[in-house]
Amino acid sequence: MSDERTVSRRSVIAGAAAAAGGAILSQVPLVEAQQPVAPGNPSAAPGSGTTAQGARSAFESPARAPTGVVTGSSFTPLQDLTGTITPADLVFERHHSGIPAIDPAQHRLMVHGLTDRNVMFTMAELKRLPSVSRVHFLECSGNGRAAFRDPRPAMTPQQVDGLLGNGEWTGVLLATLLRQAGVRAAARWVIAEGADSAKLSRSIPLAKAMDDAIVAYAFNGEALRPANGYPVRLLLPGYEGNMSVKWLRRIEVTDQPIMARDETSKYTDPLANGTARQFSFVMDVKSLITRPSHPQRLDRGWREIAGLAWTGRGRIARVDVSTDGGGSWTQAELQEPVLSRAATRFRLMWEWDGREAVIMSRATDETGASQPTREAFIAARGPATDYHFNAIRAWRVGRDGTVSFV
Amino acid sequence: MSSRANARDLHLSALGVRLLAAGLALACVGCELRDVPHSNQTPSATQQGITRPHDVKATPVTPAHFAGIGRAATDAEIRAWDIDVNPAGRGLPAGRGTAAQGAPTYAAQCAACHGARGEGIPPFPRLVGRDAADFGFARDPKLVKTVGNYWPYATTLYDYINRTMPFAAPGTLSADEVYGVVAWILAENGIIARTAVMDSRTLPAVRMPARDRFVPDDRRGGSFR
Repeated sequence: MSDERTVSRRSVIAGAAAAAGGAILSQVPLVEAQQPVAPGNPSAAPGSGTTAQGARSAFESPARAPTGVVTGSSFTPLQDLTGTITPADLVFERHHSGIPAIDPAQHRLMVHGLTDRNVMFTMAELKRLPSVSRVHFLECSGNGRAAFRDPRPAMTPQQVDGLLGNGEWTGVLLATLLRQAGVRAAARWVIAEGADSAKLSRSIPLAKAMDDAIVAYAFNGEALRPANGYPVRLLLPGYEGNMSVKWLRRIEVTDQPIMARDETSKYTDPLANGTARQFSFVMDVKSLITRPSHPQRLDRGWREIAGLAWTGRGRIARVDVSTDGGGSWTQAELQEPVLSRAATRFRLMWEWDGREAVIMSRATDETGASQPTREAFIAARGPATDYHFNAIRAWRVGRDGTVSFV
Repeated sequence: MSSRANARDLHLSALGVRLLAAGLALACVGCELRDVPHSNQTPSATQQGITRPHDVKATPVTPAHFAGIGRAATDAEIRAWDIDVNPAGRGLPAGRGTAAQGAPTYAAQCAACHGARGEGIPPFPRLVGRDAADFGFARDPKLVKTVGNYWPYATTLYDYINRTMPFAAPGTLSADEVYGVVAWILAENGIIARTAVMDSRTLPAVRMPARDRFVPDDRRGGSFR
């Protein structure tokens, strides 16, 4: 299992220290290097009892990074995850003024503006309304920026594209709340605003608000985590992440956008022709191979190439994988069900023969949109463009089996 | 309930009830009862290996308005939270300020992060600068976006500063202080005169240098741009 060569002593200890209550660790004798060590024969004696909350095995230590950032990001450890669902405590964070502490009993959501009624909802009232549960990805529109501007061989999937999460969101359709308030004929936009000290605000087209926008209070079967919007947030399927306003306290129905800081000076895309693209809401089709990836070291022989593909425009139609730097492509298998605006796992078996190889993935969605090459991306948008980085990426496998980001 | 949209919704709601009463389980097909939860996640017929109309839902028809869920928001509650300012100036409060009046506020509340002249102290952003007049941000990664060379609307300055600055204590500046800081930043960027008064009438009239550089999203599915 050469993949396990990459498990560092430090990461194991960090994971062990994070194990809630230490119930598991207490059973694991610590040897000189504080490596967790399981009993030699787990079948020889009964194990430990039930616990109130589960904790990860002391041998597993997936972690967001970096930590402690108040105005900035922490990244999802994509290389440590399988399937498509991101565990709630590993979903990336992006805070503009830190994580607010909110008492759900005190929290209110107000819907007002070009409405027949201005309505104030409690959390309890939101939960009385008809709910939906849908699987969608959430991606920061700046995801992939460092890998695009300053690609380095030692980058991991987490560092390349870790501003991505995917899971099941539960809440009320925003359309339901807008129906409660009654939208007037002049309305064209809604302004969503958070209760954090950034009071982050974005203008959202009314059509999107009435279509599939979710006022979500749960993720993956439980209440939202504080870092991801507790007690309630917006979730706009397929749209750039910052529009899914966290800690949502206000929806104002208006006739025009407010041109907030985060839809003018930020989250606009400078283009090679001397303009900047504004209101580029939809996330483009994209994919990333998460295994093999840095810092794995491969043994010769058969192994699975696996990764994630996603698009803000609907379903992934196909993913092609190349192991010769784009010279030839093979269609990968897609894990079903393939859901709209949700991460899709792709897989392809590959026999590594010990020679240098460059592996890459190229996703195509149901609109026919496909990922451009890095060269085509730069030609269209410019070498210093910002946001919506969806060019094809590659990993190089060296003759010694090391994997590096290209 | 005066809007056309609501009238249509009510009509469809009544239609839905009639269809349901007629025992037709297909009442939701193609209807616009948008608060009826419907899944966009059902695997397609081909994925399931069967053929059936994918938009047939068993979800019961629900009323257009759920009486009693959510109370009326008071005017005071709306005033307390309704802080957004749009390019037409809607939302701007009474008050006024000039660059000279804003200078002490800037020095006391902003300069620690943004620099004495708005030059920025990394990682906190630079506010002042009119280089990059050709808007070459996509070409040259060294160009720094500022209020003077990138922000398309002056009203955004008021909205943002009032909303979330100063960072450690947002909401503590008076309207006059915000107008003063806005005037100082605009004047430092050479966009308005140092004596110009910024208020709810003059601020929306300020023409920002980069105003015409912004174009609405022109990407479409199917082709890369």
